[in-house]
Amino acid sequence: MADNSENNAYWSANKRIIGISLVIWFICSFGFGILLRPMLAGIKIGGTDLGFWFAQQGSILVFLVLIFTYAAKMNKLDKQHGVDE
Amino acid sequence: MDQFTLNLIVVGATFALYIGIAIWARAGSTSEFYAAGRGVHPVVNGMATGADWMSAASFISMAGIISFGGYNTSAYLMGWTGGYVLLAMLIAPYLRKFGKFTVPEFIGDRFYSQTARTVAVICLITASLTYVIGQMTGVGVAFSRFLEVDNTTGLLIGAAIVFFYAVIGGMKGITYTQVAQYVVLITAYTIPAIFISLKLTGNPIPPLGLFADAKSTGLPILETLNGMLEDLGFAEYTRQTDTTLNMFLFTVSLMIGTAGLPHVIVRFFTVPTVADARSSAGWALVFIALLYLTAPAVGAMARVNLIDTFYPNGTQSEAVSLDAIENSESLDWVRNWEQTGLLGFDDKNGNGLIEYNGSAENELTVNRDIITLANPEIANLPGWVIALVAAGGLAAALSTAAGLLMAISSAVSHDLIKSQINPSISEKGELMSARVSMAVAIVIATYLGLNPPGFAAQTVALAFGLAASSIFPALLMGIFSKRVNNKGAVAGMIAGLAVTVVYIFLHKGWFFIPGTNSFDDSDPLLLSIKSTSFGSIGALVNFVVAYVVSNATDEPPVEIQELVESVRIPRGAGGAVDH
Repeated sequence: MADNSENNAYWSANKRIIGISLVIWFICSFGFGILLRPMLAGIKIGGTDLGFWFAQQGSILVFLVLIFTYAAKMNKLDKQHGVDE
Repeated sequence: MDQFTLNLIVVGATFALYIGIAIWARAGSTSEFYAAGRGVHPVVNGMATGADWMSAASFISMAGIISFGGYNTSAYLMGWTGGYVLLAMLIAPYLRKFGKFTVPEFIGDRFYSQTARTVAVICLITASLTYVIGQMTGVGVAFSRFLEVDNTTGLLIGAAIVFFYAVIGGMKGITYTQVAQYVVLITAYTIPAIFISLKLTGNPIPPLGLFADAKSTGLPILETLNGMLEDLGFAEYTRQTDTTLNMFLFTVSLMIGTAGLPHVIVRFFTVPTVADARSSAGWALVFIALLYLTAPAVGAMARVNLIDTFYPNGTQSEAVSLDAIENSESLDWVRNWEQTGLLGFDDKNGNGLIEYNGSAENELTVNRDIITLANPEIANLPGWVIALVAAGGLAAALSTAAGLLMAISSAVSHDLIKSQINPSISEKGELMSARVSMAVAIVIATYLGLNPPGFAAQTVALAFGLAASSIFPALLMGIFSKRVNNKGAVAGMIAGLAVTVVYIFLHKGWFFIPGTNSFDDSDPLLLSIKSTSFGSIGALVNFVVAYVVSNATDEPPVEIQELVESVRIPRGAGGAVDH
């Protein structure tokens, strides 16, 4: 196992990626889908507004992109810090 | 051939397929029963996880709830998918590195305490048992229609089959059976949706059809539906009528509950590497999303078809006549579902019409759990599609119910009896106690399933709230904090679970026994927070209590801090080890 400072750097980098991902996760579901829906009411899509689209479809697509991006970024990070298997 | 025979043939064929695969796959892999997922590609594992995860709640119940709740029920869609983001980033990779087989085991080791392990078992049983009640509700609906009996008889037959299915056990553990179940389930779900989307909008892809123009009016289908609902005195489909607070908390509760449900988490224990744990979560979500992107289209379009059936000449004209319902061939399905007791009509004002509307004079009641199953009949689709949907619904309910019963029985026999009460128990005795706990769980779930606390998906949502308030915070703190100690974790789990259980029982009846509730979800105790949403508050209580208690007591020992360090680093995961 690598020394502690290397592991700590890896962990901080992981937490940073998680943090950014979860901000996007929050904005696209709780944000656009619920809290910010009134602000998006002007943007029409298929008989309703963008907030409805995010709540019933868009958020799920964003979740998919987020997980695969995270997995790819972490694979790179694992190698960089020499902690891959 | 009549519908009943067709149902029997298609359902029988799918069951023969599962059993056949189980026998074929078993021959070479009995010894690797526990490590069913090891050496399996993340895509295949993701598909199996999808089958495990999507239960009666997703398949049978959710589209119906959306159909009647519209935008307000978006929490189910976001919650039950968004939780996978949390699983992939916050839970699964680290528990894979930890490398044991049950969730209570991790909690017991990380918080160096048998008490913590026992409390985790109690949390697991509470959440899983509630989940099984929801499955039983769904199984009851599916069997009552499929065997053309009343709901209670359907439920009892279903319970017997679930018991048999779960006791065979091995079937559930084999990844390829679940892959077959996934294929049946998703085919059964999407085929009628494609037919209906084509019929109503001309677009063969349901998620696109949802935002396309209706053939009948030339306006977007959602606008058309809003117009119909307005004519009949219902709330518009796309309008928010629930409070923002409740919607927000409900979504939180379902999301973190997803990341805290043991029967889902264990799927990630057995993938080959930590990196695979991350991508498996992604692939699982791909396969889940196929259904979850279709469900809102099914919901909205089923409502359009339902209203069209009862107002054949449009919502501004006369409703369908009682005579047509009782005699017309195309309305066979109304009479069939009436037999189950899940749909009812009553010409209250005696004008010979069955008027479906949002007022107190409404003459049609439809149980939301029947929408997905009745959907192909409402749309007059061919008989084989109807039979396929019945098979899909049963696959979804049975696979998940069996998985949950396994989780309950292994928690009782392995985490409780073998590790604490009687460590010298023989293998035979352990197996016996597993079976007995499974039987007890089924009896309780069946009894409570007769008078369920809600529609299948709502009951399941309560289970997510329970997992959210108890297990998720303990796991998260166990991985992301080195400071949270045994006392903090135990106090946090107990506090989180207790407030959530009490809040749910106050609204849904003590131990879900009807009539013993003091409040109702239409006018909840705290602000507008319904019992299904309270898991997020329970989780908050859990975090706060654990933090305060931990800081007032000793730091965890050095070796535990080292354990936390080690689960954070992928290297050296090795194979999952038995104990």
